[in-house]
Amino acid sequence: MGGSRMAVRREPVAGNIVSNSAAAVEFRNVTVRIGETRILDNLSFRVEPGETLVLLGRSGSGKTTALRLINGLLFPTSGVVLVDGRPTTDCNVIALRRGIGYVIQDVGLFPHFTIAQNVGLVPRLEGWPAEKIAGRTRELLQQVHLDPAKFENRRPRELSGGQRQRVGVARALAANPKLLLFDEPFGALDPVTRRELQDQFIELRESLRKTSVFVTHDVGEALRLATRIALLDRGKLEILAAPDEFLKCEGRETQAFLEVLNSGPQMNANERE
Amino acid sequence: MRQGLWNEILNQTAEHAVLVLIAITIALAIGIPLGILLTRQKSLRRWALGFANVMQTVPSLALFGFLIPITHIGKPTAIVALVLYALLPILRNTLTGILGVDAAVRESAIAMGMTGSQLLRHVELPLAAPVILAGVRVATVTTIGTATIAAAIGGGGLGVFIFRGIASVDTTEILAGAVPAALLALLSDGGLSWIEKRFSPA
Repeated sequence: MGGSRMAVRREPVAGNIVSNSAAAVEFRNVTVRIGETRILDNLSFRVEPGETLVLLGRSGSGKTTALRLINGLLFPTSGVVLVDGRPTTDCNVIALRRGIGYVIQDVGLFPHFTIAQNVGLVPRLEGWPAEKIAGRTRELLQQVHLDPAKFENRRPRELSGGQRQRVGVARALAANPKLLLFDEPFGALDPVTRRELQDQFIELRESLRKTSVFVTHDVGEALRLATRIALLDRGKLEILAAPDEFLKCEGRETQAFLEVLNSGPQMNANERE
Repeated sequence: MRQGLWNEILNQTAEHAVLVLIAITIALAIGIPLGILLTRQKSLRRWALGFANVMQTVPSLALFGFLIPITHIGKPTAIVALVLYALLPILRNTLTGILGVDAAVRESAIAMGMTGSQLLRHVELPLAAPVILAGVRVATVTTIGTATIAAAIGGGGLGVFIFRGIASVDTTEILAGAVPAALLALLSDGGLSWIEKRFSPA
């Protein structure tokens, strides 16, 4: 780990993918309708504990909507979304959200809080003792390679985009949730910083063993980060497969994305082993 | 200038200030909670804002005229009218301030599991504070001006001098009312601006 840029080895996250155990997240015949439009159409899939499921699709494909169903920011028109075996409509949605880390493209750090206060937010809501929060904050900032002494008392506006997103990730991890949701978290960053944060994501994933659902429209990013890729096309699931199989898929939308990969300047696919 | 005038000016200024203070306090007590409620209840928004808008559009003297048959001449009527006038800036700014909170910040806060009241206390009100204070400032300065008309219906205040001076064509008398009123307005504006700056996003 650390700074070396060796080819990323895509090992399966060992020991955590057991098909008999309860899925971390499950969609069963989920439809989300706004008026006449079906944003999601009879969507069914499972997210296994410990995996990184990437929801890939173009703008309007429904991937962000699907993500927001998981932490109860949205509820299905029909069908059910289960988190840890319980329907989202059936649990205390506040408790549900506190147990799920959420990282979005615009980060959404509170401008009137210091970095430390931002990171420690959920622990504070959960009533952790101040000492514990301070220690946890320092630990997390170090994990995302931000020197606590330097950054703790700064305000978000003093940080660069990449630094802010690192704080966003630290904040999502603060209360040690089992599940993390990412909505195009690196989309607003320059390619170099994006690459660095992807590396960091992989590094953290390897050491923390969390379940992640990651939304992106960048097929290179998907191939790099995913345990499995779920490709959404106009609210329907076209394919759900590990990257190797994804590359071989004949589906129309898959081909469209692979076309971009082959003709574009990014050579992310070559990093995949 | 006669000695008694100074004392009278001080008294009337104090009376004027008290009128404004009472009116603003009531307007805040109604306007801010109502504004907060309206951020949660979209359906009521148009009605409440429409009402406050109409109140502000009606010319002050006319408003006093409408109220007199109901609440009679004197301070209470003046205060009712002043409250109705001060309502719009406060209500509208509370609404705009809270709704204007960055969408990403609001979404993160909700996604992290903040309850509605935690959201209000830790995110919405602190971030909306500068805008709300600007509304309070505008309401205060306007009310100081409108309160001069209170004298016309027996409400007292600095308007007493102005109307007396107009009736007796006495410039000194007019200025005795106008100058303190203007000074009050400037001081309030300055003071509230200073508070506004201190509450601006740190």
